Amino acid sequence: MPLKSVQSGKEVILQDIDWGMRLRKKLEDMGLTPGVKFKVVSGKEFGPCIIEVRGTRLALGRNIVSKIQVNEVN
Amino acid sequence: MEGRKIALAGNPNCGKTTLFNGLTGANHYVGNWAGVTVERKEGTWHYADNAVHVIDLPGIYSMSPYSLEERIARDFIINSDIDVVVNVVDASFLERNLYLTTQLIELGKPVVLVLNMMDEAERKGITIDVESLADDLGIPVVPMVAMKGIGVDALYRKLYEVVTSDKEYSCNIAFDEDVEARIADYADQYGKCLDNHYNPRWVAIKVIEEDTEVLDLLGIDSPQVYESGVTVITAERYKYIDTLIEKHLVFRQKELHEKSDSIDNILLNRRFAIPSFGLVMAFIFYMTFTVGGLFTDRLDILINEVFAGAVQSGLTNAGIDAWLVSLVVDGVIGGVGGVLTFVPNIAILFLFISLLEDSGYMARVALIMDGWMSRVGLNGKTFIPMILGFGCNVPAIMGTRTLENENDRLIAILTNPFMSCGARFPVYVLFASIFFKGYEAIVTFSLYLLGVVIALVMAYIFRRTLFKGEESPFVMELPPYRVPAFKSLMIHVWERVKDYIQKAGTVIFLASVIIWVILNFNFSGMTDIQNSFGASIGKVIAPIFAPLGFGTWQSALSLLSGIVAKEIVVANTAILYGVSGAGMDGLALVLKDVFNPVSAYAFLVFVLLYTPCVAVIGVIKRETNSWKWTIFSVFYQIVIAWMVSFGFYQVGSFLFL
Repeated sequence: MPLKSVQSGKEVILQDIDWGMRLRKKLEDMGLTPGVKFKVVSGKEFGPCIIEVRGTRLALGRNIVSKIQVNEVN
Repeated sequence: MEGRKIALAGNPNCGKTTLFNGLTGANHYVGNWAGVTVERKEGTWHYADNAVHVIDLPGIYSMSPYSLEERIARDFIINSDIDVVVNVVDASFLERNLYLTTQLIELGKPVVLVLNMMDEAERKGITIDVESLADDLGIPVVPMVAMKGIGVDALYRKLYEVVTSDKEYSCNIAFDEDVEARIADYADQYGKCLDNHYNPRWVAIKVIEEDTEVLDLLGIDSPQVYESGVTVITAERYKYIDTLIEKHLVFRQKELHEKSDSIDNILLNRRFAIPSFGLVMAFIFYMTFTVGGLFTDRLDILINEVFAGAVQSGLTNAGIDAWLVSLVVDGVIGGVGGVLTFVPNIAILFLFISLLEDSGYMARVALIMDGWMSRVGLNGKTFIPMILGFGCNVPAIMGTRTLENENDRLIAILTNPFMSCGARFPVYVLFASIFFKGYEAIVTFSLYLLGVVIALVMAYIFRRTLFKGEESPFVMELPPYRVPAFKSLMIHVWERVKDYIQKAGTVIFLASVIIWVILNFNFSGMTDIQNSFGASIGKVIAPIFAPLGFGTWQSALSLLSGIVAKEIVVANTAILYGVSGAGMDGLALVLKDVFNPVSAYAFLVFVLLYTPCVAVIGVIKRETNSWKWTIFSVFYQIVIAWMVSFGFYQVGSFLFL
């Protein structure tokens, strides 16, 4: 499912990023490697999307959150 | 250690700059890396009678060939003659920070790891076994709290050890067996190719990662070792880092962001975000104009009455010719003095803006505004330079460097001047108090708002026409809120104030002299204003402004002089109408004859929107590296100013006169 649809507080695993090489590399550098588990700190209800990956907080803009595919962890 | 060179490398927000400021103090110089617009800071660290040369590299997350800052950092480390790379990391966020560390070690130069912000790590219940971490990594590790100066001595000692040791370079980082095998292969094959200038292991890894720069250097195509070499290597790095952390770090507490979170719950909350930001900005402007105003008034009297008066009588008594006295007093002191009186406002404004930046709040602002900005096709990071523009467009335009996308950056630069800077404020105040008594605040606010609206509209238009392209992704790290180091803060503010004063000392000084000459001379020598060069120039230009309601040569000339610096429009208006000694009442009388409320407002609209000052034009040229865009910005702003002002005057006259 796209990251956009994930509720605050949920943990997810990164499946794929549907954007060009540059963005994928940039996100990988910040810790978002395929298969990494991360937490959605502040999701769609609260405004901008903030995630916590490898201990660091990242803010993601509107245009990307629909292009990041994740699987929820139960 | 004398004469040695070290480079500071690390992620943004890791306290690298605090360390740099702590080491070099005021002994540093800020410039640009050759040919590009990335800031380069270098300075001298004096310790134990030794002078160590320190270069602060741009904050980077990685060293790929994709971003300008990253290329600069890696090229510099490989090709320069630095002795040691000092890698500053945030000890409370070790996992992500070590990612760069692994890459720095691979470059082959000696690295010393500085674990900064150890106090915060401690507060979060993180304990790091520094000794064993150093053993494992194979490089010296220094715990530090840069803000308090703790650890600087230890850093010096370790640097000394490294610099004086004979040890051969070795890399302790080990990836998966399979990957290591490939690395060994390529290291053998290509490692020696480039005159041993590069570390073989690094070359091998870059080949696997399909690094375009390295492949070019070797003159080969990518051997396509994996489907995505970059992803594999990245994953390996993080695996290695995970083992390091498991072995040498202990977490006692789970929540790392508690305090910041509670603040963010309010400041980032959908409903409160924008109102709270509005409050913050209102507070800042209030402080700037009232507290700043107290100092400004006193400074005004000091410079323009006391000092100018003393100089005038002093020079006259010394028998100096009247024209020279006038040049010095009216021209130079009048012009430069006018600018200097605003230093308190500028200083306070910059103080608050630096405070917001260093504390981490600005990052939240960019985030909040991203939602709205993207509707206009702008990146959220464009918002901060826009806000800075309310202070002064020069640092604001320099602040567009945070936008990685070229198109985004150009749009931000071209629309920034519409954000009404501090220098235009006195003009608004002057005219508003004469023509809109009692409504000054609303009128001024309406102008600021108009500027913002035009900026957004033009940005939207640019996005759709000149700069069509893919929207750039908004990705930003959110550091926890921090209380900025006082010293760093002061250094930031001082740098900007110094810039402002320098501008006064040079550009405005020259301009004041030139304008004084233009207003006091014509071909037959010294004359009065009505017959001067200035009057002639003004009369030629004046008809352009007739449809806007202010087609007098005086207005034309004062607007022309405003291109040099907006601050002098007020002083020149008084001089041009021949009432420079008569104070506000004298000026009011004269202006009421020339303008009516509608044309006065149209005039202010023109002042708001037209070409900004010479300093801004200079900065635009520097940041865009292009005459084309610089000249374009000058002209299109005049056109927009004319059209909007025309609209207001014609419609306003129709409705109100």
